[in-house]
Amino acid sequence: MSNGFYTEETIEHFRHPHNFGEIKNPDAYGEAGNIICGDIMSLYLKIRKSKDKEIIADIKFRTYGCAAAIATSSVVTDLVKGKTIDEALKIDKDNVVKTLKGLPPIKIHCSVLAIDALSEALYQYLKKHKREVPPDLKKRHDHVEKEKKSIDERYHHWQLRK
Amino acid sequence: MKKVYLDYAATTSVDPRVVKAMLPYFTKKFGNTMSLHQFGREQAETVEKSRKIIADFIGAKNPEEIVFTSSATESNNLALKGVAFANRFKKKDHLIVSKVEHDCVLESSRWLKSQGFEVDYLSVDKDGFVDLDKLKKLIKENTLLVSVIHGNNEIGTVQDIKTIGRICKEKNIYFHTDASQSYGKIPLDVEKMNIDLLTASSHKVYGPKGVGILYVRKGVLIEPILHGGGHENKLRSSTVNVAAIVGFAKATKILKKEGKSETKKLEKLRNYLIDKLQKNIKNTKLNGHPTKRLSNNINMSFFGAEGESLVLELDSQGVMVSTGSACSSKTLVPSHVLLAIGLQPQEAHGSLRISLGRFTKKADVDYAIKKIIDTVKKIRKISIFSYE
Repeated sequence: MSNGFYTEETIEHFRHPHNFGEIKNPDAYGEAGNIICGDIMSLYLKIRKSKDKEIIADIKFRTYGCAAAIATSSVVTDLVKGKTIDEALKIDKDNVVKTLKGLPPIKIHCSVLAIDALSEALYQYLKKHKREVPPDLKKRHDHVEKEKKSIDERYHHWQLRK
Repeated sequence: MKKVYLDYAATTSVDPRVVKAMLPYFTKKFGNTMSLHQFGREQAETVEKSRKIIADFIGAKNPEEIVFTSSATESNNLALKGVAFANRFKKKDHLIVSKVEHDCVLESSRWLKSQGFEVDYLSVDKDGFVDLDKLKKLIKENTLLVSVIHGNNEIGTVQDIKTIGRICKEKNIYFHTDASQSYGKIPLDVEKMNIDLLTASSHKVYGPKGVGILYVRKGVLIEPILHGGGHENKLRSSTVNVAAIVGFAKATKILKKEGKSETKKLEKLRNYLIDKLQKNIKNTKLNGHPTKRLSNNINMSFFGAEGESLVLELDSQGVMVSTGSACSSKTLVPSHVLLAIGLQPQEAHGSLRISLGRFTKKADVDYAIKKIIDTVKKIRKISIFSYE
């Protein structure tokens, strides 16, 4: 059911999010926060190597935020699951918004947050395995880290699930 | 699906008795109050009768002190801008406004600031009460008007307006209060409370939308903000909305008769709801004063759960409430009221305002309690913070 503000797809993903929860001993973990509204999202990835490819075999999220933040988290996990790392790196906010058949303009930043969390997880993975980090991803990481610092200060007395 | 409306602070449905009283004024009794003929005169008389009912209800000595407007927003705009411009020549150009006012007061004050007036914003304590010592300190030679909301629309805290009124009277300063939420819930007496200007609104009290009042004490220097045919004692030009005014008067008559018992009933339900939520959900915070609050208002923060998510999930389950979360505002900034009482942005982020009303039944409250407990659990389960 659409509520006039959000699309049916957004409400559906919000009410019945896919892949939420966490993965014990993930191969990659990414966290991103949004300094504008205070939403915060985390992604856990399980990566399986098959031949010369690395495939994202499993992915889970946890999000503190509005309906759009939860829906975009859910969509990102759908888009990424089963993809190779190179394919996942190509996913951007427009893919997320398109899957939800649009977001209200004021909520577009939620789709950016989802991509930030994904990029961060992939950055951490490449870093851990001492692999080359594409310049764009590095730029994104620097930005996420900056916002993350201010978000952490905001929530310093809250119990994180980790 | 069951639908439970618990957003009476946003607006109320029109009481069927009010609708009945209004109906003739759309068809048979339609004249313009300014017309000389009998249809016009008849309408003018009806408006004066309505004016008297409302004047009596707030303890105003003269019915002419009641100005009918289109809304509380208009009344508050008229109070601030009208008084500011009318007294400018006296070099009285300083206003004091509390930090927990409705946006229409805050925005009017900001606009006045842009027009060269001086405005100070009065802080509040953790329960939302204005700091009276600070108020005394802020008052100076050129202070013209103090504006403090009576019952807060978000957190429900009820100010000691009698004392504020006295402070203003002693200093010869105009005192305006926005009583949109308290009208009919708390007895009002503009004489005893030393109120010079008072705002109230019909649609908050089971009357129609589109009509409000500004009480203007005789002798208060004020300019209109709408110019034209000189209606409402030259203070508010516009063809008079007789049907709506009749509705507001009828709604007031009902409050006069039933307001006291309604307040008692609502207080009981309110306390029951607060108690149940606090007992069944961990890590919550009640915002606003626990007892000195509007009979129908509950405002709570649920740590680790975001307000817009809570509102939308509850909406999907038929329970309608509101939130002060940044995510639900057009500017992505949390409620200024919640920030003013010292809440951290993340606490404001997880706030819900639940407001009860005349047609709320115990069964509705029980249904809402169950759904709120489930919803907070569900949203917290998705959350990165562990507050289950």
